[in-house]
Amino acid sequence: MASHVEAKEVEPEAAAPTALRLGAVEQFSRLTGLDTRLLAMLGALVVIWVVLDFLSGGLFLTPRNLFNLAVQGSAVGIMATGMVLVIVARHIDLSVGSVLGFIGMSIAFLQVEVFPLGAAWNWPLTIVAGLALGALVGLWQGAWVAYGGVPAFVVTLGGLLIFRGGAFEITDGRTVAPLDPVYQLLGGGVDGSIGATPSWVLGLIAVAAVVFFSLKARTKRARYGFPIKPLWAEIAMICAWSALIIGFVIVMNAYTKPRSDIPRGIPVPVLILLAVVIVMTFVARFTTFGRYVFAMGGNPEAAALSGINVKRTTIMIFVVMGMLCAVAAVVTTARLNAGTNSMGTLAELNVIAAAVIGGTSLAGGLGTIPGAILGAVIMQSLDNGMVLLGVSSSLRSIVIGLVLICAVWFDVVYNRNRR
Amino acid sequence: MSTPPASAPLVEMRNISKRFGGVHAVDDVSVDLYPGEVVGLLGHNGAGKSTLIKMLAGAYPADSGEIYISGEKVAIETPRDARRYGIETIYQTLALADNLDAPANLFLGRELRTSLGLLDDDAMEHEARAVLHRLNPNFKNIKDPVKNMSGGQRQSVAIARAILFNAKILIMDEPTAALGPQETAMVAELIKQLKKEGIGIFLISHDLHDVFDLSDRVSVMKNGRLVGTRDTSKVTKDEVLGMIILGKLPEEETPEELAELH
Repeated sequence: MASHVEAKEVEPEAAAPTALRLGAVEQFSRLTGLDTRLLAMLGALVVIWVVLDFLSGGLFLTPRNLFNLAVQGSAVGIMATGMVLVIVARHIDLSVGSVLGFIGMSIAFLQVEVFPLGAAWNWPLTIVAGLALGALVGLWQGAWVAYGGVPAFVVTLGGLLIFRGGAFEITDGRTVAPLDPVYQLLGGGVDGSIGATPSWVLGLIAVAAVVFFSLKARTKRARYGFPIKPLWAEIAMICAWSALIIGFVIVMNAYTKPRSDIPRGIPVPVLILLAVVIVMTFVARFTTFGRYVFAMGGNPEAAALSGINVKRTTIMIFVVMGMLCAVAAVVTTARLNAGTNSMGTLAELNVIAAAVIGGTSLAGGLGTIPGAILGAVIMQSLDNGMVLLGVSSSLRSIVIGLVLICAVWFDVVYNRNRR
Repeated sequence: MSTPPASAPLVEMRNISKRFGGVHAVDDVSVDLYPGEVVGLLGHNGAGKSTLIKMLAGAYPADSGEIYISGEKVAIETPRDARRYGIETIYQTLALADNLDAPANLFLGRELRTSLGLLDDDAMEHEARAVLHRLNPNFKNIKDPVKNMSGGQRQSVAIARAILFNAKILIMDEPTAALGPQETAMVAELIKQLKKEGIGIFLISHDLHDVFDLSDRVSVMKNGRLVGTRDTSKVTKDEVLGMIILGKLPEEETPEELAELH
């Protein structure tokens, strides 16, 4: 289809002198449009997976474990997409774990003790209430940062205490259970997957979408006469994405329900995560809000001088973050089939680590949402792998802490070398 | 007194004052600008030039004083207000978001959108290529983050942003500070061209030699106050230098004082 498009590809003559100075990896990244840093992280993930699989005697890279890993990582992944925007805009949110706990408790309390049990509208309304609560929490914290001038570090450190306390206060620390059976499906339990055929259908739609949007973008650039990537690089990218999607569907379908050979398919919380990733990537790349977040992170003064309403954008960022905490709270409570006041404890560290490992720079202005998901997968793989190896929880937190420091150190070194 | 052109002033800033804490950064200053005119705003660092001009650009509001655009009194409280009146500013710092590419910077705050309200990056890149190519034919890497660009290229992006939206009034704060001789000549050429199109330009500099030949009039500031405004055709560089350093009008300067400047 693209073969008859007449447009100049990157001219070999013009590219040659630069190409000589760049390394092979850099050249590859330039042609494919993939960040070298993202490639490094992909490499790290492959190494981590192979090592963990070897150490666990083949237990790590099994459909069962990968399925569980995906379900366990969903909540962190969902929040990490919002944390990217927060950090890109030079803020931080330390309260996400507590906000998850507070909203999760609110949802469980409403569902079990306030709304009539068994009513069909019960659980959908609790989700709506949770999202609204998340938006309000974001409004509260964002207003302190934008209009109060209190650094986000302090506001959200306060929020960490406030909302953890709030989560306890709702029921005086009592666990609320059980939740609606339909609601539980959102957590990805035994029946919380969509089955083999729908998984294949979704996977093929995703592949078709990748092909369609790649070629559409390419023809549009060609029509304007802009330089475009060489065709082989385009096709290689499409193939890589398609292989990733199809491989994911195969693995999810290879894990069966207990005592049967019925394939589970893609778990619902992972679908929620994927939907969040698509929406957030879209917001970051194709809306003025997303553009302003990056501009503010790159140069706050320039953003203000360009007429951007920096205060309103800041509040919006925290509102989005709060609502994503609500989505993560839904997934977490549905999976636990309960609301407990300790839900989400220390999740902020995993979320921030996921964003930073995925290439979001703490200096602001740089970061991608797919990168943060890769970061979340790395964090979850380390945690899950160490559990498989029987590493104690105290030792696990030591390792995760070290990984966090190293990730930021890598960010510092990487940025220093680029200047 | 100076004799400005006969038409209505494009910009008139009357009795503008601005305090920062106890410091009178700008104290009762009045300047004006006519269509197709270049007014050099001169003074040492800290004389209040940038502060004065930032009030016209909407970066911060004036404490007192009035601003008239084409004879009409206006309230400029935000950069958005200034842009609405056709005022574009090239800041000394350039005010670019370093992490974004040239098209994103050119359209920052007034992005082109598709019919669905989404960013139309291709259309923005298309226009950016056209305007940047006009300023600088060798500009190729416009999709790179501007932090990877040379000083001249970054300056081109800042200038392109100011002229892309049909400005009537252009404020250039030390536009050639970061440029080499060739690029400085390019900016001078551009100023002459914009002048022909009837655009009024405030040219701010601490260096007399940068602006004297380009300006029709010069307004000199010292310690937040306006020393005076003169036609460049009726004063010598030495006399203006005296205004900048001594804070006195040419007729008040004594030959001894002028001699001491050398």
